Amino acid sequence: MEENSPLVQIKDLNKSYRRGNQIIPVLDNIALDINEGDFLALMGPSGSGKSTLLNLIAGLDQVDGGTIEIGGVEITSLSESELAEWRASNVGFIFQFYNLIPVLTALENVELPLLLTGLSRKERREHSALALELVSLEDRMDHYPRQLSGGQQQRVAIARAVVTDPTILVADEPTGDLDRTSAEEVLQLMDRLSDDLGKTIIMVTHDPRAAKKAHTMRYLDKGELTDAPEISFTECL
Amino acid sequence: MLLKLVLRNAFRHRLRSLLTVLGMCVAILAFALLRTVVSAWYAGVEASSANRLITRNSISLVFPLPLSYREKIRQIDGVKNVSYGNWFGGYYIDRKNFFANFAVETESYLSLYPEYLLPDNQKTSFYRDRKSCVVGRKLARRFGWKIGDTITLTGTIFPGKWDFVLRGIYRGRDDTIDENQFFLHWDYINETLKKTVPRRADQVGFYVIGIAAPELAAKTAEAIDRTFENSRAETLTETEKAFQLSFVSMSEAIITAIRLVSFVVIVIILVVVANTMVMSVRERAGEYAVFKTLGFGSLFLAGLILGESLLISGLGGAAGIALTFPAAKTFAAAVGNWFPVFKVEALTIYLAVAGALVVSIVAAVIPIWRVVTVRVVEGLGRIE
Ligand SMILES: Nc1ncnc2c1ncn2[C@@H]1O[C@H](COP(=O)(O)OP(=O)(O)OP(=O)(O)O)[C@@H](O)[C@H]1O
Ligand SMILES: [Mg+2]
Repeated sequence: MEENSPLVQIKDLNKSYRRGNQIIPVLDNIALDINEGDFLALMGPSGSGKSTLLNLIAGLDQVDGGTIEIGGVEITSLSESELAEWRASNVGFIFQFYNLIPVLTALENVELPLLLTGLSRKERREHSALALELVSLEDRMDHYPRQLSGGQQQRVAIARAVVTDPTILVADEPTGDLDRTSAEEVLQLMDRLSDDLGKTIIMVTHDPRAAKKAHTMRYLDKGELTDAPEISFTECL
Repeated sequence: MLLKLVLRNAFRHRLRSLLTVLGMCVAILAFALLRTVVSAWYAGVEASSANRLITRNSISLVFPLPLSYREKIRQIDGVKNVSYGNWFGGYYIDRKNFFANFAVETESYLSLYPEYLLPDNQKTSFYRDRKSCVVGRKLARRFGWKIGDTITLTGTIFPGKWDFVLRGIYRGRDDTIDENQFFLHWDYINETLKKTVPRRADQVGFYVIGIAAPELAAKTAEAIDRTFENSRAETLTETEKAFQLSFVSMSEAIITAIRLVSFVVIVIILVVVANTMVMSVRERAGEYAVFKTLGFGSLFLAGLILGESLLISGLGGAAGIALTFPAAKTFAAAVGNWFPVFKVEALTIYLAVAGALVVSIVAAVIPIWRVVTVRVVEGLGRIE
């Protein structure tokens, strides 16, 4: 455990959705600290608000109350466009359904987030190729997503997430759509990102195998966050 | 990268994009052709001289004026020379063979219309032979008439069969001049009427008046009409241009309809292109959300969508404009008899380009607005 202040500090976080004139509270006074280099697994039953929390941490949605501070920046006070700029340089995204752009090759997909940096075309190519090498797909650079398996697509997505060297990596059920072997490959990759490269990872998952790779586990239910890994295991299994 | 994305996105649904391009092509072609028909219609007006006045019966063109007005008009200030004539209204063999034919006072008439180019020897033999005629080059070609041929017209206003020997074929000074007209001797008709229906003799359908300068038109016209005020046949004098316009305006409703249709065509294609864009963008809602997630701004997304719209409309528009010229040629060959001049004007092309541009921009507005305003999480939700 590190002694200096955590990388992510979440205080009194509230979020509710409105359906018609009915208000549905999803997150209720959540507090959460995540240290730099941590690999956090967020578990909980369906509809408990895991994705909602992850999206708020990633700066994709607005909170109703409370603050989120990441790397010294209070992202809850940023405007929509400031938030977009912040995301571009601080967050790497890994989705359940990979979300690659179908008309771009693997290399171009990885290059995409670099368009928002000041890098030259040549530098962008180099960085992207390096990232693809990291996920062992250097021989698939010119393949389009539809020419790749699910596991390969997710690895391209991971390369796209790390290519900008972001402050945090967020993953929403990264293995949710994969078979066991592909899922295992992806998890090993995330393990390496955490152990070898010291990345801070926040992962939402239903998969206990995935959760086991993480260093820390949190359980979200009925708007509240607890450390109850044992309960989550039995429920998920 | 943006260009690459635009290009690849545009042809993701090859068939849909091709159909839209084709639709755009046909729409622009139709727009340009319809506008060319309208300008062909007005060609007679454009070609009219500002140095000529037309005097006619103020009640209607159907009613004649007495021949005796000729001398009185000649004495009015500003009048240089006077000619006169009648709409003859004859047809050749079949009523369907329409062309303009006038009985005119030959020498004064041709001197007022220097834009009809006729060799001097043809001119003199036309003047000398009372039962002769002169026709435009296109008309002669249409019926295969040659100098010396006898042409029989069947009269509608002046009943009976009338024989005319072709003594001259005129050319237009430039391509705005009507080469589909038929001129014959007013005297010949008048002589015949004197013998058959004397009460219709010495009557004139219209006077053509040459004036010294265009600035004198209004004053001279007024002076002429004042001269015949309160007489048996009051006159209406106007510039040739106004006179031609009054002819065209008889079919104003049709022209307006054609104009309207040409714009309706653009509106229809706008709906088609907008539909294509809305469909494509909706299918890719998740992808646009990914761009936003990665931090791409509204400008980038707008560029992506507008670029695609511009590309599709641009391709269709360019093809439509390129096809307009050969299509106009074919069209002119088919119906050229009705339109003395059938030319695609530069303005028509500019309008077609502007039309294609407006279509592509407007068609992109709704999808851009949707993509830009939708919240990122909701956009992502669509693919999950
Ligand atoms: N845009 C929205 N509008 C209204 N309600 C929403 C919206 N997004 C989520 N919710 C509701 O908020 C609650 C939490 O949703 P969330 O997606 O965060 O759950 P989750 O824990 O990620 O579930 P799962 O494990 O199924 O992915 C659910 O009850 C959901 O119906
Ligand atoms: Mg979820």
